Amino acid sequence: MDHLPTLVTEARQAIQAADSISALDALRVRYLGKKGEITALLKGLGKLAAAERPAAGERINEAKQALGQELEERRHTLEKADLEARLAAERLDVTLPGRGQPSGGLHPVTLTLERIEGLFTRIGFDVAVGPEIEDDYHNFEALNIPAHHPARGMADTFYFDATRLLRTHTSPVQVRTMKECEPPIRIVCPGRVYRSDSDLTHTPMFHQVEGLLVDEDVSFADLKGTIEDFLHAFFERDDLSVRFRPSYFPFTEPSAEVDIQCVMCAGDGCRVCSHSGWLEVMGCGMVHPEVFRHSGIDAERYTGFAFGMGAERLAMLRYGVNDLRLFFDNDLRFLRQFA
Amino acid sequence: MKFSEQWLRDWISPALDTQALADQLTMAGLEIDAIEPVASAFHGVVVAEVVDKAPHPDADKLNVCRVDDGSGEPVQVVCGAPNVAVGQKVPFARVGAVLPGDFTIKKAKLRGVESCGMVCSASELGLEEETSEGILELPTSAPIGENFRRFMGLDDHTIEVDLTPNRGDCLSLKGLAREVGVLNRLPVEGSDIAPVPNTHELGFPVRVEDGERCPRYIGRLIKGVDVTAETPLWMTERLRRSGVRSIDPVVDVTNYVMLEIGQPLHAFDLANLHGAVIVRLAREGERLVLLDGQDITLDADTLVIADERGPLAIAGVMGGEHSGVSAQTRDIFLEAAFFAPLAIAGQARRYGLHTDASHRFERGVDTDLARDAAERATALLLAITGGEPGPLVVVEDADHLPVALSVTLREKRLTQALGKPLADDEVTEILQRLGMTVDKRAGEWTVRVPSWRFDIAIEEDLIEEVARIHGYNRLPVRRPAARLALRANQEGNVPLSRLRRQMASRGYQEAITYSFVAPELQRAMFPEAMSPVLANPISSDLSVMRASLFPGLVRAMQHNLNRQQTRVRLFETGLTFRGPLDDLHQIPMLGALACGSCEPEGWSGDNRLADFFDIKGDLESLLMLGEDDAWRFEPALHPALHPGQCAKVLHRGEEAGWIGTLHPAVRAALGLKVDALLFEIRLDALTQGRVPAFTPLSRHPEVRRDLAFLVDADLPVQALLDTIAGQAGEWLAESRLFDVYRGQGVPEGSKSVALGLTWQHPSRTLNDEEINQLVDAIVTESRQHLGAELRG
Repeated sequence: MDHLPTLVTEARQAIQAADSISALDALRVRYLGKKGEITALLKGLGKLAAAERPAAGERINEAKQALGQELEERRHTLEKADLEARLAAERLDVTLPGRGQPSGGLHPVTLTLERIEGLFTRIGFDVAVGPEIEDDYHNFEALNIPAHHPARGMADTFYFDATRLLRTHTSPVQVRTMKECEPPIRIVCPGRVYRSDSDLTHTPMFHQVEGLLVDEDVSFADLKGTIEDFLHAFFERDDLSVRFRPSYFPFTEPSAEVDIQCVMCAGDGCRVCSHSGWLEVMGCGMVHPEVFRHSGIDAERYTGFAFGMGAERLAMLRYGVNDLRLFFDNDLRFLRQFA
Repeated sequence: MKFSEQWLRDWISPALDTQALADQLTMAGLEIDAIEPVASAFHGVVVAEVVDKAPHPDADKLNVCRVDDGSGEPVQVVCGAPNVAVGQKVPFARVGAVLPGDFTIKKAKLRGVESCGMVCSASELGLEEETSEGILELPTSAPIGENFRRFMGLDDHTIEVDLTPNRGDCLSLKGLAREVGVLNRLPVEGSDIAPVPNTHELGFPVRVEDGERCPRYIGRLIKGVDVTAETPLWMTERLRRSGVRSIDPVVDVTNYVMLEIGQPLHAFDLANLHGAVIVRLAREGERLVLLDGQDITLDADTLVIADERGPLAIAGVMGGEHSGVSAQTRDIFLEAAFFAPLAIAGQARRYGLHTDASHRFERGVDTDLARDAAERATALLLAITGGEPGPLVVVEDADHLPVALSVTLREKRLTQALGKPLADDEVTEILQRLGMTVDKRAGEWTVRVPSWRFDIAIEEDLIEEVARIHGYNRLPVRRPAARLALRANQEGNVPLSRLRRQMASRGYQEAITYSFVAPELQRAMFPEAMSPVLANPISSDLSVMRASLFPGLVRAMQHNLNRQQTRVRLFETGLTFRGPLDDLHQIPMLGALACGSCEPEGWSGDNRLADFFDIKGDLESLLMLGEDDAWRFEPALHPALHPGQCAKVLHRGEEAGWIGTLHPAVRAALGLKVDALLFEIRLDALTQGRVPAFTPLSRHPEVRRDLAFLVDADLPVQALLDTIAGQAGEWLAESRLFDVYRGQGVPEGSKSVALGLTWQHPSRTLNDEEINQLVDAIVTESRQHLGAELRG
């Protein structure tokens, strides 16, 4: 009994010295287990005088509790250290890149076409497509460009034979749609078009989006409103100045070219806008009655407008691309910039 | 067309500076492309007279001249020009003058003789691009001491206007002035053209055999012209500023009148006209040597000017070499005709020509202009070359002369078209300013179209003119109204945008390649393919329409490999073109190409090269978006693909595309050092999907059995899968192929194929016995049909 303090001191030192959970478990057995040294003391109480028993019992129990607590704390400390050691061992360099296939991306022309289609389909236009090898009738005649018309010189045409050619614009799709559908007609026609022209600012193939709206009481004012809205939405600039210049297309009348304030220099004048402050971005006009006649639409009852724009041109302005030819080189270093 | 601003301002000069005038024209639909000063910057040059000339004592080719520049004593200059002569008026650069190119004139000694200034040539003053032969001779009337720039009116601009094909009426100063007058509400100071009285009665017979194509032909014989006379400086300057080179006085005058009032003219050497001038269609096979030296064979529907011996000129396009004016010409026959636009349209292009005359006649030349033009040209010629004019020879076909069209514009229609009503008076005034006679009645205007406007024939033409002059930007802006109508939308379809994004998410970049490819490239990959060939390709490299997306993708891969990109994954969508023109199929496809490592070079991955099964997995990920169970892969042969690594892809049993490794022979032929994997599939098949149909989830346990078969090494696994599917009963929920093995433990010529089959019944627990029966059936059938043995 007298060696209790020594025992406790000794046990405490042993607990503090224990460096593993298993050592701690052994200490618990040694001191507090069924045959443990402290337990033995409790068992030995009966040998004491009855008067001494309560006090001695209390002291032993206190020691037991203290050691129990000490064991618990030590266990806790060791567990914590264990966990920390494990965590430290499992540390990853989270700045290393992840595994697997990185994303590719869409071509900037596709992004532009999809954006344009999206803006128009949201207000009720449908997307229409058509063949790229066309005939003279759909590409020219039906659009009021008879053989030998000087306007044929406006776009150099790739021919296969006397009557078959690569479409020079997506307007044939408009003709085909008007023949098939009754007004109201609201379509946009995106697609590849071809002109035999190749230099710094022309590629023999490029993309157009044309739009057509035919209904009763469609006016030039509607055309202006639609184009202005579109350009503001496309460039996300509600304050972008837009102007309409009289022009000539055989399939529309009145016809207009549309200029926007240069998006590169805000109209101050730069290389891109040839120091004019304006950029020509699209052509448009009211559908020519002769086109309606070819398409079997009553030009007295219906009127309509059409517009057309080059996707590469808009993509260049939108994304700041400075060389048209990059669009068709398919250089991965270029394409990845639009992923 | 190029024109001189000052020349225009001689006709009409609104109170606008150069830029404002250009902007005004641009906004009226006459787009100004460029404004250039007519002369470079220089100063210190005056008009001077050569008063004395003596040979340089020490140099054969130099003269010592004294010139009077109006400053007092004549100044001594050394001059090397061969044409310098006493009495000449010349441009003289005084000491201190700065010439184009920042060249300062200093006092100098030339071979020991002092020279105080320089007598200038046209090129030294930047008035000519080529080096001039000698000094620029000025008219004798030029005032001595006058600033040369002012004298020449060099503070002028050449303005280039890009006219749309409908505005042939503006292809002259007169036409442009008319337009400027309309825009500024100003009268045009036209030069009145007076008839030139004839001094003899000689004409020349003219016979027009095709009055429809040539309703008016006016000719005039002018005798005794001096073709060696010099075209006056004012005229060559105006021509120069309009981008036209001076040739000889006759050509210069015809060009000048064309620029001035818009009527193309032609002059024949009378000595080379035989019998009569005949306007007729060419006879098939007739030949003509043109002014430019080209020897052409004429088509039968080409209108020509001929004489009794044969064709002299293509009417309205270009004259012939033989009948043209030369230095020996004494008498000329001047032609001013009206050719119908349709008679000239397309003729120039057919012979590979494009001339100022054809450009104008195709677009329409004022029907009333020929007489004025003949008179104007006569007057100018007489002043320069001298000569004796005969009477005008006029041949007209009244039945075919264009009559002024009458067009009606309805007020209601105008208001509807523009979206707002315009004041009656404004509309009337605009139409009148445009040269139309206007008859305004209740609710409509009926106008007579002026003889120069070939583009006005219907109501819409008038609406456009009114809108144009009123100003497009003053017209209202409105949003179109429409009835909201829902559209059909097929949920089962897989949109193209979805397919594209799937490819992108599998690591592919979208490419856009030309639809025409090099024939040799296509032939290397598709020796049998027939696709349309362009008649006029931009280059032979881009001359045949692609029969497949493969050539373009391979070309794009090469482009990238050549730029140190070793891992290329590209896809493209677009049309392919198959068959002859008369049985042409324009088929939308989606194609893809991969080469290089499976994943980008990285710290963790295996950097193995992508193989057939990688790209097949990519393709299958697309197929799963649609009708995933409608697709099959079948071993087959394709000329561009490795015979052992190539599959025909079937959709609902029909060929929908191909997948495989680029054929090693093709690869070698293209000089490629790496393997490429390719597929292309018809888009119409890829976009077919279906609306999901729910199957209730079973609450009963699954039963799985793993089976490993030994089969012939060449047996397509698909055959085994098909056999199993045929025997496994309707409750087979899943069949997973989890191992294919050849090597140790498997006999030579065989392979082991292991599958995990899972059954599940929707409403009860399957018992062992029924599963065992199914497995037995599978094993038996596989053995009998495929020689497959179950592995122990």
